[in-house]
Amino acid sequence: MAEPSTSPGTFRLKPLLIIATVVVVAAVAFAYTAGWLSPHRLTPKKLVAALAPPGGPALGYRRNHAKGICFTGTFEANGDGSALSKATVFERGQYPVVGRFNLGTADPKAADAMVRVRGIGIRITPPDGQEWRSAMIDAPIFAVSTPQGFYELQTASGSKEPDAMKNFIAAHPEFTGFLGWVKGAPWTESYAEERYNGLNSFLFVDSAGTTHAVRWSLVPSAQPVPITPDELAKRGPDFLEQEITQRVAAGPQRWTMVVTVANPGDPTADPTKAWPSDRRTVEVGTLTVQQIEPERDGPCLNINFDPTVLPSGIATSDDPFPAARSAAYSRSYNSRTAEASYYPGSGAKQ
Amino acid sequence: MTTSRKRFTAPQRLLHWLMAICILTMLFIGVGMVSTITSKYLTLVQIHKPLGIAILVLALIRLGLRIFYGAPALPADLPEPIKLAANLSQYIFYALMIGMPLIGWGMLSAASYPVVLFGSVHLPSILPLSPSLHTLLWRAHHYLAFAFFAFILMHVAAILFHKLIRNDGVFEAMAPALTRDEPK
Repeated sequence: MAEPSTSPGTFRLKPLLIIATVVVVAAVAFAYTAGWLSPHRLTPKKLVAALAPPGGPALGYRRNHAKGICFTGTFEANGDGSALSKATVFERGQYPVVGRFNLGTADPKAADAMVRVRGIGIRITPPDGQEWRSAMIDAPIFAVSTPQGFYELQTASGSKEPDAMKNFIAAHPEFTGFLGWVKGAPWTESYAEERYNGLNSFLFVDSAGTTHAVRWSLVPSAQPVPITPDELAKRGPDFLEQEITQRVAAGPQRWTMVVTVANPGDPTADPTKAWPSDRRTVEVGTLTVQQIEPERDGPCLNINFDPTVLPSGIATSDDPFPAARSAAYSRSYNSRTAEASYYPGSGAKQ
Repeated sequence: MTTSRKRFTAPQRLLHWLMAICILTMLFIGVGMVSTITSKYLTLVQIHKPLGIAILVLALIRLGLRIFYGAPALPADLPEPIKLAANLSQYIFYALMIGMPLIGWGMLSAASYPVVLFGSVHLPSILPLSPSLHTLLWRAHHYLAFAFFAFILMHVAAILFHKLIRNDGVFEAMAPALTRDEPK
């Protein structure tokens, strides 16, 4: 054992400087990693904050797709997906589903006719616990190519600058494709009549270890009935929830899950780019919605439909959105569950 | 419990330095992953969970070794308040090393997320779905992580104080040197 080299009380500056330097360098490295020294880093906090309406977010609700209604049902896999992915969810069988129909708005009280984008979140749970969660929308392509672009879209659409949207579109010409859908595609009168598209590209891994770049959609068996937004508005602000409740009470509603397989070279990193329509598709199963439940106290309320909760056999691709969505959804979930007492009628002051 | 050894045993020293690397990595991953939306987010989250469980397992082994082998006595001339702080810090570190992974595991369980270690290897849920439990555990995980890092900084400052200013053998007791223990 070393002997003390100096007698107590001898003041030496150099060791203290070394100690201070080590501590400060470590603390600065930590602060840098945390993003505190990088105000321009697009953090989940910034991305989620950009979604909030001018008056601030609706406490206790999802920060986007805030208006919604729960359902339960099943996913019946026909076994054909197993050729593409070893995920157990594609093995022939019937697996329970918890899901949520929703509107793409941060305002849980928005009138149905004011919201262009409709969505669905599903969680399929095979018996081995290899869950698959997915959140899809009815648009056939996404609005922007990158998460940064999505942030800029939120910032521009919330901006008071008269030219904000014009400047945004100039910087993001890919947005015009989405705008074409917004303006041109017919509206439908029911959540049951929508085709929901995953838009993001994922990789299916088959039992031989081969990967296949895919996107998936839920194709409704109900025939779409077009309706104008004006006509929808006349039916009431919450017509879609009332309609789906009645429709499912009268009989289960079904969607076919269709997986589209990319050809080599198809764009997987950009959800604004649709793949050519001749690509191979595989029907992997049927989603059956059997029961609608109000979101309050419903089975979907405290579920985060994080699109990166994937079974072994499905993986993320070079598409940058699933990671960004996962980070943002987590932020939204942490905020809203901490605000659970604000959710109307929650009863549980927590 | 103390031992007449002047140094921690080799397995204890090995675990200390291995865990030092793991825990520092873990804290940087944790604070980094919640600050980004890039694909790094998923990579970091995928490391964070199994690494956390690895730390939990190592910490339990280490606690067993600590109880079995004890620790060398602190220098007799160390002032009492510093001795108290040194002893207290060991309890704090063990509580954090074991508590943080359990809190993280519980937090994921209370949000009904699957706890994926790797591939198809999942851990069971240890708590029911509960927004209030999730919030409590999430906050604990968040604030204790910063506290953990602060304690590590203090720990590093303290050991450098022992080595550079007092040179009293406290650093040597845990030093990663591959020397044999001196005879008792």
